[in-house]
Amino acid sequence: MPSNRPITPSSLSIKDQPWQIHWDKDKCTLCGSCTAVCPVNAINLDVFRKRKVETSLGLNSSSSSVFKVYHGIRQKTDSAYACVGCAMCTQVCPNDAIMPYKSDEAGKLIFHVNRGGQPRRRGGRRNVAGGLLDQIKFIRISMLTDPALDAGRHEFELRTLLGRVLPPEEGIAHFKEKGWIPPVREIYPLLIGSMSFGALSPPMWEGLQMGVAYLNEELNMPVRICTGEGGCPPRLLRSRFLQYVILQIASGYFGWDEIIHAIPDMKVDPCAIEIKYGQGAKPGDGGLLMWYKVNKLIAAIRGVPAGVSLPSPPTHQTQYSIEESVAKMIQSMSMAWGFRVPVYPKISGTSTALAVLNNLTRNPYAAGLAIDGEDGGTGAAYDVSMNSMGHPIASNLRDCYLDLAAQGKQNEIPLFAGGGIGKTGNLAANAAALIMLGASGVQVGKYIMQAAAGCLGSETDRCNICNIGLCPKGITSQDPRLYRRLNADEVAQRVVDVYLSFDTELKKIVAPLGRSTSLPIGMSDALGINHRDVAERLKIQYVV
Amino acid sequence: MCRLFAMTGDTPISPMVALNALDVMREGHDGSGVGLFLRDLGGPFDDMKNAPILSGIFTKNGIKRLDTFMMNLGFMTKYKISFKLPKNSPQGVPHRDVYLVRAYEYPEEWEGRNFEELGKELMNIRLQLREMGQAEKDMIVFSFWPDVIMIKEIGDPLTVGKYLNLGREDLTARVIMAQGRQNTNYAINLYACHPFFLQGISTMTNGENTAFVPIKEFLKSRDFPGYTGFQSDSEVFTHILHYALKGLGLSIEAYKHIITPLYGTDLETHPDAQLLKQLKQSCRKMIIDGPNCVIGSLPDHSLFMVQDRKKLRPGVVGGHPGQYAFASEICGLDAVIPDRDKSKDFQPMHLDTAIVGPDRQEINICRQTDPLPPLH
Ligand code: SF4
Ligand code: SF4
Repeated sequence: MPSNRPITPSSLSIKDQPWQIHWDKDKCTLCGSCTAVCPVNAINLDVFRKRKVETSLGLNSSSSSVFKVYHGIRQKTDSAYACVGCAMCTQVCPNDAIMPYKSDEAGKLIFHVNRGGQPRRRGGRRNVAGGLLDQIKFIRISMLTDPALDAGRHEFELRTLLGRVLPPEEGIAHFKEKGWIPPVREIYPLLIGSMSFGALSPPMWEGLQMGVAYLNEELNMPVRICTGEGGCPPRLLRSRFLQYVILQIASGYFGWDEIIHAIPDMKVDPCAIEIKYGQGAKPGDGGLLMWYKVNKLIAAIRGVPAGVSLPSPPTHQTQYSIEESVAKMIQSMSMAWGFRVPVYPKISGTSTALAVLNNLTRNPYAAGLAIDGEDGGTGAAYDVSMNSMGHPIASNLRDCYLDLAAQGKQNEIPLFAGGGIGKTGNLAANAAALIMLGASGVQVGKYIMQAAAGCLGSETDRCNICNIGLCPKGITSQDPRLYRRLNADEVAQRVVDVYLSFDTELKKIVAPLGRSTSLPIGMSDALGINHRDVAERLKIQYVV
Repeated sequence: MCRLFAMTGDTPISPMVALNALDVMREGHDGSGVGLFLRDLGGPFDDMKNAPILSGIFTKNGIKRLDTFMMNLGFMTKYKISFKLPKNSPQGVPHRDVYLVRAYEYPEEWEGRNFEELGKELMNIRLQLREMGQAEKDMIVFSFWPDVIMIKEIGDPLTVGKYLNLGREDLTARVIMAQGRQNTNYAINLYACHPFFLQGISTMTNGENTAFVPIKEFLKSRDFPGYTGFQSDSEVFTHILHYALKGLGLSIEAYKHIITPLYGTDLETHPDAQLLKQLKQSCRKMIIDGPNCVIGSLPDHSLFMVQDRKKLRPGVVGGHPGQYAFASEICGLDAVIPDRDKSKDFQPMHLDTAIVGPDRQEINICRQTDPLPPLH
């Protein structure tokens, strides 16, 4: 900033930036790769001044200092161009000459991102690292009273059920009388949660679908993936791969025109229908696809004009009460597929979850309940929703499970938990903890983006620009120049890697607990935590 | 580990035979406790098949309370076994005032009630007594059922048997189950000792049920007063069997499909695949886990043995028509029926239910992949 200019309230120095670029003049060859790759134009080629001492060689002349210019990389300080720490510049630099560093003090940018009166929106998760799930330990180790199982050699039956399970008496009666038995799917307990086509780029979506198909058809792992609220590509709707897909319907009904019209042509039924009432990252707020990402393809699939932002309403507009909302929608969705497809709602974690659950227990068509906790990720949401709204998943899920158990319905309405599972990389341990707290399965999104596609986002607010279509990894961008960085086959390969390693780790957890014949849903005696209040709240053991 | 021995024969025998068999297998239990289940009784009880027999342990005060309680209900004592105990109990066996085995006459007003109703009442009385006893610590009640006697005590099985003089002539049975206990928790609660009993169904287990907590939660929520106790993770095997037979009207062949259901191609290609899938889903919360060998006795006098899904515990069945025994180890079998054709001994594997029916003519092997008997 030149010294004769006025300082505006939002004038910040590099020191005030949350991410600071360190650039090494000696290593830089001024190739321009970093400035070209930076998704937010945070750096540019600039002119710097240097002072040089010129030593005199002659006897009569004295040494002097001269000023010269040189060219280098400069970080912008305007908040509109703030570095997001993605480190793509580092990735492309042939000489390792540039690297973003997290500021050593609280960044000041946060106070100025709302210029123009528009609060910050971003992708990612609540900017709080770590979480409770990592602190839960598995303490009931079988050794002598019960020889431990061998995770590598024994057989394990770790599938779960998605669908309304009849109580045993009714199940047998319906079987004998050839009555209606609600559809139930036997699936793998780790689901890829709802990430829409539109939020994700074409190669990302394709890669996920291919990975899931491979897991099912080559490895006999019944993995399921949810579409999110963005419809489903027409060819997928008419292919056999639809059976691995959970179609989501949300308050914007995006893509449902296409889906409904495709029903007569469907070769197989979808795995299930998820009705989204809420999402952990932005509870009480609708979906959001910002205009940057609504290109022709996305617009066509969603049945909307291109280039406009697509905020879904916070609730389903046609309904006004939970009874009506849940009952009507579940019933009409069930009816659309001849009552052959499980239909379940997904809500964000909330202290009112029990009310929803109790309503579902009375609805014979409700096939389950998915709860997405406060640590859930998103492609776009208001920062404030992400950071401050919502309920932690552990106690929410536990309350629901214990409530079902008190009613004797713990086997009838499967609960699926999501939000922050594998946040610090401990995917299997987090998933197993939730299962033992009562979840029938878990949904993950962000973890898959990180592990299968190399997403850079983190809870230290790194990157997280998924909302504006500039994803430097091509995961959440609709710009072919960006998404061609991502290869669908390689994503598929990584999805398979993730599942295979998860499967081994899950066995490494359940085998020492002496469990192999069924998924240990609600096996709370295996859990312990080094915190008395948490132990009491979750009704697990307090261990120190 | 614990050791199990069970026997069924045309001629009533003394429970000491079973305790001797346990003694032969003593390497597998530490002598910390013993449980006996006798059914299809011989001796004086042979003539009172319908009279409910109360088995338990009482203090002097407990007996008084019991008498008042039963009298008020209108039960009259019909016959009882009096145990004359030596002054001092052997080492490791606690001193008790009264070991009770007493057959009752039903109250008059109960006449005309069908067995279903009687069974319900008998169970409720047993539970009530159990509760009363737990409150005052003066009675422990094991069973209250026609033609069934149960004895449980802490200590080495053979020592306990001799101390109680179980070799007496008036105590014999055609069906006997016995368990020698490996103590896993220092203070032994007799309610945690096998065999477990509920409305004519009894099972005992050698193993550890690692799925205990979810199963317990499920059974508790069935709203059936008999599913209670849960002092041992093996007690739920009895409850699940009861639920399968009485609650769901299934047969013993279906029991294994509930505790360790089939999966994969075995399930897909099973002739009753549709029913089995339905059962597997509906009864998912009753799937057991861990290593377990379960031996059980049914109201029709059949004895059976099933293993966990991986068959991680030993178990063998052998004998000859008219007499069969189930044991944890072959040496236990050898001790009791040495003259059998050993080549016909059968060790049930992960899919098998071995059943010796009431006629005691053969060992029926029911594989899980076999068709199920039709539902009724
Ligand atoms: S770290 Fe990312 S945002 Fe920051 S300068 Fe480098 S490329 Fe640009
Ligand atoms: S790498 Fe892409 S998906 Fe990941 S946080 Fe950045 S913009 Fe979002």
